Amino acid sequence: MATPAPIARRVRGLSDRAIAWAFIAPAITLLLAINIFPLLWAIYLSFTNYRANRPNAAVEGVGLRNYERVLTDPEIWQAMQTTAHFVFWTIVLQTVIGFALAYLIDRKFRGHAFWTTIILIPMMLSPAVVGNFWRFLYEPQIGLFAYAASMVTGIPTSEIRMLGDVSLAPWAIIIVDTWMWTPYVMLICLAGLRSIPDYIYEAAEVDRASAWRQFWSITVPMALPFIMLAVLFRGIENFKMFDMVTLLTGGGPGSVTEVASITLKRAAFESWATGRASAFAIILFVAVFGLANIYVKALNKVKQR
Amino acid sequence: MQMKLKALLGLASALALSSALPNAAKAEELTLCWAAWDPANALVELSKDFTAKTKIDMKFEFVPWTSYADRFLNELNSQGKLCDLIIGDSQWIGGAAENGHYVKLNEFFDKEGIKMDDFVPATVVGYSEWPKNTPNYWALPAMGDVVGWTYRKDWFEKPELQKEFKEKYGWELGPPKTYDQLKQIAEFFQKREVDGKTVYGASIYTERGSEGITMGVTNVLYDWGFQYENPKKPYEMEGFVNSPDAVKGLEFYKALYDCCTPPGSSNVYMVESADAFKSGQVAMQMNFAFTWPGLYKDEKVGGDRIGFFPNPAEKAHFAQLGGQGISVVSYSEKRDAALQYIKWFAQPDVQSKWWELGGYSCLKAVVNAPGFASSQPYAQAFLDSMAIVKDFWAEPSYASLLQDMQKRVHNYVIAGNGTAKEALDGLVKDWTEVFEEDGKI
Repeated sequence: MATPAPIARRVRGLSDRAIAWAFIAPAITLLLAINIFPLLWAIYLSFTNYRANRPNAAVEGVGLRNYERVLTDPEIWQAMQTTAHFVFWTIVLQTVIGFALAYLIDRKFRGHAFWTTIILIPMMLSPAVVGNFWRFLYEPQIGLFAYAASMVTGIPTSEIRMLGDVSLAPWAIIIVDTWMWTPYVMLICLAGLRSIPDYIYEAAEVDRASAWRQFWSITVPMALPFIMLAVLFRGIENFKMFDMVTLLTGGGPGSVTEVASITLKRAAFESWATGRASAFAIILFVAVFGLANIYVKALNKVKQR
Repeated sequence: MQMKLKALLGLASALALSSALPNAAKAEELTLCWAAWDPANALVELSKDFTAKTKIDMKFEFVPWTSYADRFLNELNSQGKLCDLIIGDSQWIGGAAENGHYVKLNEFFDKEGIKMDDFVPATVVGYSEWPKNTPNYWALPAMGDVVGWTYRKDWFEKPELQKEFKEKYGWELGPPKTYDQLKQIAEFFQKREVDGKTVYGASIYTERGSEGITMGVTNVLYDWGFQYENPKKPYEMEGFVNSPDAVKGLEFYKALYDCCTPPGSSNVYMVESADAFKSGQVAMQMNFAFTWPGLYKDEKVGGDRIGFFPNPAEKAHFAQLGGQGISVVSYSEKRDAALQYIKWFAQPDVQSKWWELGGYSCLKAVVNAPGFASSQPYAQAFLDSMAIVKDFWAEPSYASLLQDMQKRVHNYVIAGNGTAKEALDGLVKDWTEVFEEDGKI
């Protein structure tokens, strides 16, 4: 059935730009409502003494005091250090193991599709599920991890207190995050490896380049943009890590696993220091945004080489 | 004409009815918010009588303890209308009163003849009053609770263990009266083979994320002489929070954690502690009294196998208060119906049934009734414990104060950083900052 003439005329009357706007308007509206407005509101709150648990109290401007307090608070620096330790080691481990797995899977041995699926399972699970079952795995009395570690080291299981020991607890979280997210890094690396044209290797073979030389001169440089992309994604995600740490240790023992997002949550929704928490959130946002921008520029340079 | 008039009248009535209907429907259903735990199930059962009597339906919003404070404090702070009635934690009372979240109940109590003198005094101070020790009531005491202990009576009664214990420590193995005795018992059972299984001394609170370790530590520290402030000068904490006695108490708690808890006890609160006891791992367990009915009914460790005792004494004799009062949320549009529920709940026969169903009544007529102490095996321990309660700060900034204590004591007791003196000195510093920010000092 043909479109009635007046409507058709009206639709025909819309410019391409107007139609484009009509299509993106809902998305833009949502973005403004749930991303941009809260961000601007948080920036405003960061300059006030507002506390969300005192809705009737007067809201006064405090200038840069919240920022000053956050930046001079040794506990926040401690939390940042804990976060940096966590981000650094998870990225190192996930990149090395993820790339190694991708390299193996790329050999296309028999049953590689099956093993790829098996390896991908951890990243398909919910962090809440992972956090809970690793808590049981780490149990000194009944946990499989403690049994395995005891068999290897000879230390009694009751002494392997992964979540209660100050020196082991940060590594307990790093292990879980690595277990869960290495497959994700592997997938991205695998895409990178598969994008390398075969003729480059064939040319290298003709030139009698050794496998070692091919790896360092072809595989790594050509997969590097993908590896860097994986590092970027994991870095941003792990900087915000909250759920797994909360489930496994709650930030303890003491404060050794209290990452920045937990400190932020406690300031915002337990102490209800909304203004100060907003300042901290803005600082974190600027830090992540700034670092990510620098990183993306480096990534573009690598891609252009 | 008459037909037209009738039709118009009919239309007007229909319109009036339809506009009145939403309000009528609203008044027929109340939402009560609380934590998801055993007593909440008892309250659902109890509230059926209220619905039968008033035709007001009850809807319940129960949230697990781990997110109870987050969920409902957010609801109150955002002036939400979800809850008409709320059973809020005792420490919320200051903030909820000062920020206008709860309806003040004095006038209503006077009008309805509800007297606070009829309730156990400690629960009135703990759950209803703000400022403390003044006749300003924001809640009706609803669920009495207190930290106490359970023990494996069957293990304590084994003749061979009794004999060995007596030879080793020179006194009869039984519920401890002092903390030294408690630690001796815990040491005695630690890593012992009982019924072919390795068992441990005691399960105590060590949880970091919410309030666990603070509830456990204060429960013990009170007895060693810890005080929140100078009784003669409010908010003066130096020498009270970090007194030599308080330092000794904190050292004791760490010693108990180090010597006598099961491996992996670094993040234990109510559920984990009850689980340790139920699974037959520990000889003694620190926990809130609300867990006792469930443990008593447990097939493996309940009945004749379980015993209950209040906190041991040291220099003083106290126990950490738990429990909550029931309040009317000031943002509710069904205030009258909510007050009707409070009036109904305060009645002695309802309170008696509340106790029978598994709730802990705070009404004197119930707890002082002849036969109450023997009505349940844990009733006497509950009564003894409720007589010695003390609570954490209930200031509007209680959450910041709680967080500071969680961090300081967990850092010392579990992480083993610094000394007890440093932990409590640090706590005085943190708390002073909070009160300075609040303009209290």
